[in-house]
Amino acid sequence: MTDTNPTVNSAGYEVPPELRQNVAVTTLDKIWNMGRRYSVWPMMFGLACCAIEMICTAASRYDLARFGMEVMRPSPRQSDLMIVSGTVTKKMIPQIVRLYNQMPEPKYVLAMGACASGGGPFKEGYNVVSGVDQYVPVDVYVPGCPPTPQALLHGLMKLQEKIDSESITTVRWYGKDDIPAIPVPLLGPDLIDPRDNELIKQETSKKPAAPAAPAAPAPAAEAAS
Amino acid sequence: MTEATTTAAPVEKHELETRFPDAVKAEARPGYTGFLVETSKLTEVATALRDEMGYDYLSSVTAVDYYSDAPNAENFIEVVYHFYKSTGGGALEIKVQTPRENSTVPSLTPLYPGADFQEREAYDLYGVNFEGHPDQRRILMWEGFAGYPMRKDWKEAYFEEEVKPFKNRWPEGQVYRIEDRNPFNKNNKYPQGFDPVGFKETDDPKLYEVLERAAREYSEDIDTEQVVVNLGPQHPSTHGVFRMAVRLDGETIVALKPVMGYLHRNHEKIGERNTWTMNMPFTDRLDYLSSMSNNFGYALAVEKLMGDKAAPPERAEYLRVIMAELTRISNHLWAVGFLLNDLGAFFTPSLYAIQERELILDIFEATTGSRMMCNYFRFGGVARDLPEGIYGKIKDLVFERLPRKIDELDIYLSENELVRSRSEGVGVITPEEAIAFSTAGPVLRASGVPYDIRRADPYSIYDRFKFEVTVRQHGDVYDRYMIRLDEMRQSLDILKQAITDLPGGAAGGEVMNGKNPYQVRVPAGESYGRVEGPKGELGYYIVSNGKGNPARYHVRAPSFINLTVLEKMCVGQKVADVVVNLGSIDIVLGEVDR
Repeated sequence: MTDTNPTVNSAGYEVPPELRQNVAVTTLDKIWNMGRRYSVWPMMFGLACCAIEMICTAASRYDLARFGMEVMRPSPRQSDLMIVSGTVTKKMIPQIVRLYNQMPEPKYVLAMGACASGGGPFKEGYNVVSGVDQYVPVDVYVPGCPPTPQALLHGLMKLQEKIDSESITTVRWYGKDDIPAIPVPLLGPDLIDPRDNELIKQETSKKPAAPAAPAAPAPAAEAAS
Repeated sequence: MTEATTTAAPVEKHELETRFPDAVKAEARPGYTGFLVETSKLTEVATALRDEMGYDYLSSVTAVDYYSDAPNAENFIEVVYHFYKSTGGGALEIKVQTPRENSTVPSLTPLYPGADFQEREAYDLYGVNFEGHPDQRRILMWEGFAGYPMRKDWKEAYFEEEVKPFKNRWPEGQVYRIEDRNPFNKNNKYPQGFDPVGFKETDDPKLYEVLERAAREYSEDIDTEQVVVNLGPQHPSTHGVFRMAVRLDGETIVALKPVMGYLHRNHEKIGERNTWTMNMPFTDRLDYLSSMSNNFGYALAVEKLMGDKAAPPERAEYLRVIMAELTRISNHLWAVGFLLNDLGAFFTPSLYAIQERELILDIFEATTGSRMMCNYFRFGGVARDLPEGIYGKIKDLVFERLPRKIDELDIYLSENELVRSRSEGVGVITPEEAIAFSTAGPVLRASGVPYDIRRADPYSIYDRFKFEVTVRQHGDVYDRYMIRLDEMRQSLDILKQAITDLPGGAAGGEVMNGKNPYQVRVPAGESYGRVEGPKGELGYYIVSNGKGNPARYHVRAPSFINLTVLEKMCVGQKVADVVVNLGSIDIVLGEVDR
């Protein structure tokens, strides 16, 4: 022993026998991800039928808490995971986007059920958004109408796998660039996605019926009758 | 199913027609019942119905678009009203017709305040202008939405064909993605010349104007500073995506306007494109806590039109009752658990309630294949018989476990001092108000009106069972909680009788009249089937033109109409009670918004 004050990291350090079962060598990513995967706080946010199954998943029989996810938060500021549990309507999507923007990074989205994934049985409806992924990025899709609690648990475990695969060096929220907020859609004569503004303008001025675009959007109720 | 619950008794028919010889005509179209009323005389007729003939309960208001693009076709919009006596009996159905351009009908809201939301819905979806309506705004869609989507000539962005099954999927099975045919790759379309840049929303300003007006009506004496608080649409205690805009003076509520439509999934529009059978699974998703009852109402309405060839066999009738009553128990367990949540007993009572509900869901899953979306009823029976072992399971649950567990909830909760002090005398609705606001189900019965459709206008085989119509007298939150415990006990009584009498018992038997059809033909005509759902009167108004799809498919949703009375319950009380009042109505948003 040449080092007068040896530490565990010094070469040749003899680990005392009573500690040998208690020391593990691992990577920072693994420790970091383990902490994150077992403390996912979903937002308490239910949209439709799937929300009932989500509540059942959180209740005693299926018990979400076994997977380290029991702390449902009613505020987006304290949540990591948005479970979009149900049909996303045009009237609701501005609020969903706003809530998503309010969640701090790292954040994940789980689309629960057929409606949230792609419109489901109501896809053709005039007030239905065919899938929440048209507006916010989705990490895990859980199929079913509604998915059983087992299916939701499986989806959440898939999310844990995804968290496990991330590395502290590459994740976007530690990157140098700002993460832009998603523009909140507006409720006009139909749902307006501000990212589509150019396209909408092009399409609505295309047909020969309207040579000069009237400036004000028609107060739709009267205009249509 | 052939008892004509929508036909008025001959005495009244005579009465109404003799009273208004010029304004009232008996319905002449084949398959239709009720009376056609002159639009200008509607208010007069409705007043006479309420004050002279005892039809004090306006159950359902809806519009039907009779539209055809054929030349010389007679196009008009018809507004259909279903009146009942709060003492029981069948419906009196009256209709008024109005042209599709500038549709105008006098509003019945001043006479029957329960028509408020329903008229707003007809305005929103059909563009019928209700003259004299105090607050005519869009209700399910937002202010500024282009067009009246339920009109037959209004097509959505994802429109493919008039009726299902779509030719490209059946029988050839050529599938394409409809979004690929839309320039935006989304379910959106915009009117000609619309410019999205600089666009301003108009929905919320209009709402706040109405709130301010209501606040002025409430009190004019001292000018204090008032604030508007929005509860929802994302709020842990609003039972889903529901919003209440509340105007507060200190902590006192001076005005409250429910804002809904955040879960409007176009159930009715899609329902008119579906085939009759296809609609069955969609009804599951109305009130997703009690899918069996939803199936029941729809099956009744269609069977009524189909007549004897769709009469279910005995065993199926019993299975229907068993499933509907199990649903009522599971729904009320949920309602009680979550009402306690709203009272601040966060999640412990709910966990007790959910535990029992899971046992009922197990039965549903074994029988139908799904926990929540059962899709169990068919026209002329039920989809399948009870699997092996389930009969015994239901028996154990009904005779042994559930009575004990309901008593347990009762013992733990009902005498709790905090529960009582937070709920007694809160959100009081008098019997007169309850009837006038068209409330139904537990809300109506907790206010001292013993009205239960299973007794007042029996359907299926409910006339064979002995049970009490539970009623409570105070009309406050506490009574609305207690009545659910009472009803669960009555449901258990019915279940005990039904299980004992079930033809075939555990062995099984015939559950379908004939073969389970892929497609049914429904004769032309209209019908209204209503059941006493766990939340109240669940009615289906359907119009058939003899084709494979409904021409009109309307759901009289109890949650939606019960909400009309929410403002009445809350005004003058503290803001903390709003949540409790809402919880005591027991809404499910799938049904409110449809």
